[in-house]
Amino acid sequence: MELKEKLVSSFMAFEDTVDVHSPIHDIRTEAIKTFETEGFPTKRQEAWKYTSLNSVLKHDYSVFPKQENEIEFKDVKKYFIHDIDAYKIIFIDGKYASHLSQTTHDGIDVCLMSSALSKPKYRLIIENYFNKIASKDGLSSLNTAFSAEGAYIHIPKNKLVQKPIQIIHFSTGNEAALMLQPRNLVVVDENSHVQIIERHQSLTDNPVLTNSVTEIFTNKRAIVDYYKIQNDRESASLIDNTFVNQKQESLAKVHTFSFGGKLIRNNLNFYQNGERIDSTMKGITIIGNKQHVDHNTLVHHIEPNCESHQDYKGIFDDSSTGVFNGKVVVEKEAQKTNAFQANNNILISDKASINTKPQLEIFADDVKCSHGCTIGQLDESAMFYLRSRGIPEKEARALLMFAFSNNVLDSVKIPEVKNRITKIIANKLGVNIGFDL
Amino acid sequence: MSKYTEDDLREELKTKEYEYGFYTDIESETFPVGLNEDIVRAISKKKEEPEWMTEWRLEAFKAWKEMAEPDWANVKYKKPDFQAISYYSAPNSKPKYDSIDEVDPELLATFEKLGISLDEQKKLAGVAMDVVVDSVSVATTFKKTLAEKGIIFMSISEAIKEYPELVKKYIGTVVPQKDNFYAALNSAVFSDGSFCYIPKGVRCPMELSTYFRINQAGTGQFERTLVIADEGSYVSYLEGCTAPSRDENQLHAAVVELIALDDAEIKYSTVQNWYPGNAEGKGGVYNFVTKRGLCETNAKISWTQVETGSAVTWKYPSCVLKGDNSVGEFYSIAVTNNYQQADTGTKMIHLGKNTKSTIISKGISAGKSQNSYRGLVQISSRADNARNFSQCDSLLMGNECGAHTFPYIEAKNKSAMIEHEATTSKIGEDQIFYCNQRGIDTEKAIALIVNGFSKEVLNKLPMEFAVEAQKLLEISLEGSVG
Repeated sequence: MELKEKLVSSFMAFEDTVDVHSPIHDIRTEAIKTFETEGFPTKRQEAWKYTSLNSVLKHDYSVFPKQENEIEFKDVKKYFIHDIDAYKIIFIDGKYASHLSQTTHDGIDVCLMSSALSKPKYRLIIENYFNKIASKDGLSSLNTAFSAEGAYIHIPKNKLVQKPIQIIHFSTGNEAALMLQPRNLVVVDENSHVQIIERHQSLTDNPVLTNSVTEIFTNKRAIVDYYKIQNDRESASLIDNTFVNQKQESLAKVHTFSFGGKLIRNNLNFYQNGERIDSTMKGITIIGNKQHVDHNTLVHHIEPNCESHQDYKGIFDDSSTGVFNGKVVVEKEAQKTNAFQANNNILISDKASINTKPQLEIFADDVKCSHGCTIGQLDESAMFYLRSRGIPEKEARALLMFAFSNNVLDSVKIPEVKNRITKIIANKLGVNIGFDL
Repeated sequence: MSKYTEDDLREELKTKEYEYGFYTDIESETFPVGLNEDIVRAISKKKEEPEWMTEWRLEAFKAWKEMAEPDWANVKYKKPDFQAISYYSAPNSKPKYDSIDEVDPELLATFEKLGISLDEQKKLAGVAMDVVVDSVSVATTFKKTLAEKGIIFMSISEAIKEYPELVKKYIGTVVPQKDNFYAALNSAVFSDGSFCYIPKGVRCPMELSTYFRINQAGTGQFERTLVIADEGSYVSYLEGCTAPSRDENQLHAAVVELIALDDAEIKYSTVQNWYPGNAEGKGGVYNFVTKRGLCETNAKISWTQVETGSAVTWKYPSCVLKGDNSVGEFYSIAVTNNYQQADTGTKMIHLGKNTKSTIISKGISAGKSQNSYRGLVQISSRADNARNFSQCDSLLMGNECGAHTFPYIEAKNKSAMIEHEATTSKIGEDQIFYCNQRGIDTEKAIALIVNGFSKEVLNKLPMEFAVEAQKLLEISLEGSVG
């Protein structure tokens, strides 16, 4: 049976497991209808021109994991940013793992989507924010239809959250193939500040497909700092749909570090509903083998005096493919917009390829919008310089590549996250240097 | 001095009527409206074409029937009714003239209004004209001079009769019949166009030029141009268009094929000024053109275009860099005003080693127009050391217009070097102030700035054309550019 039919037919069974009387019942029912008409995207759609989902959709994914799985902290410690104190929301095969987690209701809410959807005290927030900005395309609708679990984060006014929040999804491979649909909601009220780290990790080589939707709301002058670490096994694929709705003077930053996984598609959408907003999205992609990473970004400038910055670096080895499709839309009311977009790529292998499409749609005249995009190689004279000083070729190459991607790391505010990314990069480039330069 | 502001300019632009809008009343022989196999056969018969050509057209027609009109371009318009168009129209005064004196005087007057008096052109050194009114070539000058060098420059229908082996060998090799909807339509019904062949090692002594005009109400114009530069030759080809005012939308679906064999160079320049519709966006020409060039080893093709007219433009002059060390260039100025829509750009397909391409695109939008750049740079896995530089700049005048950029970049070779940059800006208050302060009035200042913005491209045009191009910028944008 095709995955689409399987999902549609298991929706009834899914509905039985959750509260049919909850207010989002109608939203779910509506969403499954949308998915039924839209289906999975194909290469014929402009936004999916360079990414085919066929290879990841062919598995017979089980939609509901049958049993609860226990894993010990010591086995998975390495996947945590464990050297800092943090709130933790951990899921194993889509189910909440309380023994690994550390949630809180002390002034702020860092807890579960399942309880937020069912408990009356969260009803107002859910009504105001849930599924309000997620797009109505096939994949997001599919997630909405099956939305039951995920992270729920609500930071009330004037709070500086002292510790970062880590969200980690483990999959154990107890199922032959597993499809996960985590749903996260982040609401940050006026003047508050929060840092979030998200990771998806498969523990075996059984195929996993994650179709995640995250909605982020930054109200007046709020600051959200979001880090996505994507270093999964090559059996796991991830479709990440993130929607950020910003109010005036807020600042939202999303860093995406893509090093692993079979196929990764990042749909990152920013909507600027207010003046003097700053949106930043940055990413480093270093992949090899037959990996495929697709960054699809949208910044919608709706009101005047806003800024957006995009900086994506990619290094592609072996038969890997990279895609960057960045779209900046400036509405005619959005005068004095300052939008900047850069996408730089290095191809290391003859079989690797990169498709990039930095797209501008501008309807206002008094704006500064620019984009730059390059594809090139490492500078041979720089290589020679390093080699002539006794640095072996591999290390010299790694140093240059690290330098190439370094300015994305500059804006990472949590030192431990920066260290971890540096280590992953060193590991990925096959060198044993710390880059503590 | 009264202050001339951007608002004044905008007002002026809105009310500016198409200066070249007039209609010559020449008796035309026009086919009944509609398109079917019989019409295709009739066109072919009318042009006394050989059997293979008729078959070739029919093949294209069959393919066309299966195709759907593309809608991916960033333009909105009422789709033309292909059954409501007459597919053939020729000026009635036949047979062909031997000298310019025999040409219908009314026709000559038309050219005079356009500022291209044939007599004058004849005298002007170095420009040969193959004038196309509607669809049949009525006058060809300087043919003898060219013939001495062995250069063939004639209408394509003549070429089909006189040099069938050349036409047969090359037609459809760069733009196949089934390439796209409009190319297929053109292949089926093309009425005339130019054919040019430069023999081995010959440097064409003059700029070759044709003027296209759409004249007959309700007749679409389907031009077919084929330029072949044999090994080591050079040619510079100019194409310029102006069309009379007409209220219903006219369709222009041309195909241009360039073939540059080893070490050859083709420079193809276009000034396009079809009727853009009036200030309310009524009328205007639909310009759906397929232009493509093929470069063999060490060959070079350079496209330069100034697009100021047409209600809807859909045009991507492309280079297929097949041979090693071949070079492709694209320089473009696209100006849109009122309700004009332009979706234009280029495709650079790098197949050979050490191939190079340069793209400079300048878009100027005013009024309620939409101006898009859409380009593709593709580096195949065998194209070692390919190099591309692209720059797309947009200038917006007023906040009712839009500028869009859709660059597609696909690299499959690690030695590729690709750079792409795009900027969007408006005419700065400080720039205007600077000029004012030095005694240059605002109108002049805007003209200067627009001219400076497009200079990189204007410079690439041959002398004769650069002057005309500046004139066209004037008409499209304001009274005193230049």
